[in-house]
Amino acid sequence: MSALIECRNLFKTYQMGDTKIRALDGVSLEIESGEYVAVMGASGSGKSTFMNLLGALDRPTAGFLRVDGALLNQLTAEQEAEFRGRSIGFVFQQFNLLPRTSAVENVALPLVYAGVPAAERRKRAMARLEQMGLAERYDHHPSQLSGGQQQRVAIARALVNDPQILLADEPTGALDSKTSADIMALFDSLNRDGITVILVTHEQDVADHAKRQLVFKDGRVVEDRS
Amino acid sequence: MSLLASIRIALIALRVNALRSALAMLGVIIGVASVIVLVSISEGTKRAVEAQIASFGANLLIIRPGSSIFGGRRGGAGSATPLTDGDVLALANEVPGMAGVSGEVSTSATAVFGGVNWSTRISGVNADYFDVRAWVIDEGRAFAPAEESSGRRFVVVGQTIVRELFDGADPVGQTLRIQGQPFEIIGTVAAKGESSWGADQDDIIFMPLATARQRLGAGQRPPTRDPVSVIYADVAAGEDVDRVIADIEDILRVRREILPGAEDDFSVGNLAEFIRARNETENQLGLLLAVGAAIVLLVGGIGIMNIMLVSVTERTREIGLRLAVGARQRDIRNQFLIESIVLCLFGGAMGLAAGIGGTLIYAEIGQLEIAVSPLIVGIAISASVLVGVFFGLYPAQRAARLNPIDALRHE
Repeated sequence: MSALIECRNLFKTYQMGDTKIRALDGVSLEIESGEYVAVMGASGSGKSTFMNLLGALDRPTAGFLRVDGALLNQLTAEQEAEFRGRSIGFVFQQFNLLPRTSAVENVALPLVYAGVPAAERRKRAMARLEQMGLAERYDHHPSQLSGGQQQRVAIARALVNDPQILLADEPTGALDSKTSADIMALFDSLNRDGITVILVTHEQDVADHAKRQLVFKDGRVVEDRS
Repeated sequence: MSLLASIRIALIALRVNALRSALAMLGVIIGVASVIVLVSISEGTKRAVEAQIASFGANLLIIRPGSSIFGGRRGGAGSATPLTDGDVLALANEVPGMAGVSGEVSTSATAVFGGVNWSTRISGVNADYFDVRAWVIDEGRAFAPAEESSGRRFVVVGQTIVRELFDGADPVGQTLRIQGQPFEIIGTVAAKGESSWGADQDDIIFMPLATARQRLGAGQRPPTRDPVSVIYADVAAGEDVDRVIADIEDILRVRREILPGAEDDFSVGNLAEFIRARNETENQLGLLLAVGAAIVLLVGGIGIMNIMLVSVTERTREIGLRLAVGARQRDIRNQFLIESIVLCLFGGAMGLAAGIGGTLIYAEIGQLEIAVSPLIVGIAISASVLVGVFFGLYPAQRAARLNPIDALRHE
């Protein structure tokens, strides 16, 4: 049984004017199903680039990358979209909820693109909102919700497609410490239920929730501690 | 994503920026409205012209004597030797493909009935005249060919005569007096209204040609015997009008003893052709205006494109998010394309309303019979959809090709 995420000699270079920037400089590692991983490093260390590659938001320049059975270095744009919809749940620092759209519709958005019929979309979105303790606020718009509630709606949205992997990019970056703790507790419990959680953070106390910490520097993994 | 869901999203997006959307639509509104007004007016004019042609007789030829040349002095139109009854007969008998031929002489006279008098035009014609000039007998009858030369005092009167002398009552069987002589009214003709130059065509009394000559002295041109001032000929449907004209010319040249190589001293005019030719110029004007309307629509489309580009830029993060949760490029493209089409359809609908309103106002002012046909409505709607697709495609493609990371990071 191969690992859920497997990457070998992963390179990503950007052309910035005349200079080439090596955002990823030969990364090789595996992440098993059910792991709880924190990706750390200073800004410009390559941690965000690594996350973008895992989520098929970007393509590697060279190397091998397989996530949840999909060879991400070989997919077409259409296959990438399908992969993102099926395998990955994204959580962003700024929540990225659609304004003027109710909580339940925000949660149901991935199902729209997965071709799920409207009635079932609503049922599944409501179930996830309930899991996040926001069932009564299903018809609230993001502007009517607190930051913590908005991030929970975003997590519900990330989970609605039953993905293998939850990718969270600084999920507590825009929240106060009390709310941050609530959100991190939520991630802990989701991981206990079996989902693979990978979070990018530069805060040590957030990273400490994870069971494994990857530290990036200059496009390489310099530390991999469990 | 389903079409309905896309339309809903588009409506929400447009409502959020209602004023901006309305302004963006303005070009399309004006463009569609002007297209509708112009097409309607041009259709109405065409119909009026067709009606005019029909009222003259569809394939009417008008034959007149030309100018006389006497010792180098040219006498002006109609000064040449008049046409005669003999010419009328010859054309009727010798030219194949003729539906009817009639000469006409005319004079002015005062008609009197029961103490009321009315000065009008008297027209002496052959029996074929009513068919040739598309006059419809309303009451009674027209005179028969046998009555043409009998000199009997029969008349057929126009609706203006019916109105002025008989107060609109059926005058058939009554006798009116012209120059002191009694004339029996045997029929009336249905109204034709004004001619294209504004004369009242219904202010007329018809009588057999010979009667007009003998009783009223109409059209006398000594030394010519039995002259007519003009001959009307109706070419039978399906016949080659040019061939008939050539035949008429051949016969008249022989009858009028014109030497080979000399110019005709008569003219054969084709009124329908003349009207169509005039209409052609009007059509070209219409075409020019239509091009103008198309340019307005084009500018409107550019407005749509501009606003769609703004919308794509504003919603870059939303696009990034949609891509991240599994939207394919074509989902994004379709979403913005539908938004653009919905925008244009709204504009088209408003333009349609404005155009119909404008057309009705024009019809009211111009006294023109104009109807907005379903075809025009179809054109308006498909034009707006076309503008929406054409000018929405580029912004939509741009949205669809956004890099998800850049889109998500967009401020």
